[in-house]
Amino acid sequence: MIISVASGKGGTGKTMISVNLSDSLSEIVKTIFLDCDVEEPNSHLFLQPEITNTEDVNVIVPIIDKTKCIHCGKCQNVCEFNAILSFSKETLVLENLCHGCRGCIIVCPQSAISESKRKIGIIQKGKTKKNIEFINGILEVKEAMATPLIKKVIQKLDNLDDDDKTNYSVIIDCPPGTSCPMVNSIKISDYCILVTEPTPFGLSDLKLAVEVVNKLEIPFGVIINKADKNNSIIENYCQEKNIAILMKIPFDRDIAIKCSYGNLITEYKEEYKKNFKNLFNSILSQLKKN
Amino acid sequence: MKQILFISGKGGTGKTVITASFAVLNNKSIIADCDVDAACLHLLLNPQIIEKNIFIGRKKSEILQNKCKLCGKCFKVCVFNAVLKTKVDNDSKKNKYLINSLLCEGCGVCVWNCPESAIEFNAKEAGEWYVSKTEYGTFIHARLIPGEENSGKLVNVVKKIAKEKAIEEKSDLIIIDGPPGTGCPVICSLSGVDLAVIVTEPSVSGIYDMERVLELAQKFNVKCCVIINKYNLNLKKTQEIREYCEKRKIKILGIIPFSEEINQSVVMAKPAVLYCNNEIKKTLHSICEKIGEELK
Repeated sequence: MIISVASGKGGTGKTMISVNLSDSLSEIVKTIFLDCDVEEPNSHLFLQPEITNTEDVNVIVPIIDKTKCIHCGKCQNVCEFNAILSFSKETLVLENLCHGCRGCIIVCPQSAISESKRKIGIIQKGKTKKNIEFINGILEVKEAMATPLIKKVIQKLDNLDDDDKTNYSVIIDCPPGTSCPMVNSIKISDYCILVTEPTPFGLSDLKLAVEVVNKLEIPFGVIINKADKNNSIIENYCQEKNIAILMKIPFDRDIAIKCSYGNLITEYKEEYKKNFKNLFNSILSQLKKN
Repeated sequence: MKQILFISGKGGTGKTVITASFAVLNNKSIIADCDVDAACLHLLLNPQIIEKNIFIGRKKSEILQNKCKLCGKCFKVCVFNAVLKTKVDNDSKKNKYLINSLLCEGCGVCVWNCPESAIEFNAKEAGEWYVSKTEYGTFIHARLIPGEENSGKLVNVVKKIAKEKAIEEKSDLIIIDGPPGTGCPVICSLSGVDLAVIVTEPSVSGIYDMERVLELAQKFNVKCCVIINKYNLNLKKTQEIREYCEKRKIKILGIIPFSEEINQSVVMAKPAVLYCNNEIKKTLHSICEKIGEELK
């Protein structure tokens, strides 16, 4: 089963929950961890995987053969991203704006444009001490487009051919927000956990995230992190919309301090391990019912 | 006219809380929220919307089923896997084609490759942007429709309008609340600002993310300063941040303690500087003064 951990608002505890969830699940099922927050990946700081493989991730960019180009401007005309500038004696590619759609390559009457590559980041693979298969993407700083890298990270699951979803768990740590990077991170999942906190900020962004999961028709539930006396802010909304509250993690200074050092809470609070295993089982049974 | 941006890399470090207090203390500046896909600043500023505008996103393809001859050319040319192929019916060998608008990047390649001209290519509403009045100054904010792309383009709209308003109102400061991360919307937020204030927290994640966003800002030659929020949650990591910044000659404008009161100010939807006790108030005042000096 593929479970994505997302939220609209940043800093609600996505990474904290996804790393502790996978640490707990690795004791009962084969567990794979994907960090799709490629702009600011943090899960490796907690899971401490031993990286065994690093690969470059490239996107397609056009390269123009100056000896063949007649500067007809057709490539510029079809480019929706303004990534090609065509002058009477010069045609230029602005690589940072290119989305790699290959339109210019197809349209060029001189076959003067071919495919080249540009590195946008890396994907690392490794294993943790508890045998969690770990995969993360790291976007190059100054690179604007996170989505192509996220797609490549998700593609690493293509070889997963086990039909029985109860045999494994894939946990995806997602980027914050509600736009395309978040959509592409959760799209593949069988279930989405939305992490929120009991403040007006948490509620406002939870509502936006709910709109996205509903649009994608992904079953989901909510975890209230840093739960305190203000929980009703979230509870009332969930009740009204008939959304399952999967878990409440109370605000605890101890937890905050452990996390700030990159420690797992399951390592010192056994009850969390049990809670996360129960969470997995209740998600499984919730999915079976549907 | 000066522009100041609050960013953090990591989400939830306290950008919005600090931005709101800074706006209160610099009354009559222009305020802009560039976190367009999970905006929160409006929750603290109690804005009265005076102008509402539609944001048009990128064009998206749509197949006109009555014109489509099922040739499958669109499926072949789309590199984004946005064209979905499904059987016309259970027995049939023929496929029909549909565009998944969430995956469509709007490159238009399928449109001009369709031999039947059966693909429409129109821009749709992708969000809204607003000009509002607040007690503390004119406020430009926006809302991207959840699931949409192009948040960078909407960030640019917010910044452009903020600049126009600043000229119109003869205001000499634009205060911008930025998005988390280091990608497209952050890069758009950074462009043209005079000072980026990085709000971090003393944790492994806070530090890792601060380092990346600092690297980004410096690549664009934007001057950076740091605020350490919730500093007392981990004094050792706070010290690490101090040493990191000292080494690189990055000024630390102040440290703010973890406080139940600040959390409560958010719950009450009030800027922290108006809600909190004297000590936190004093800290925020002092940070605000130091930012003023940095902007000179």
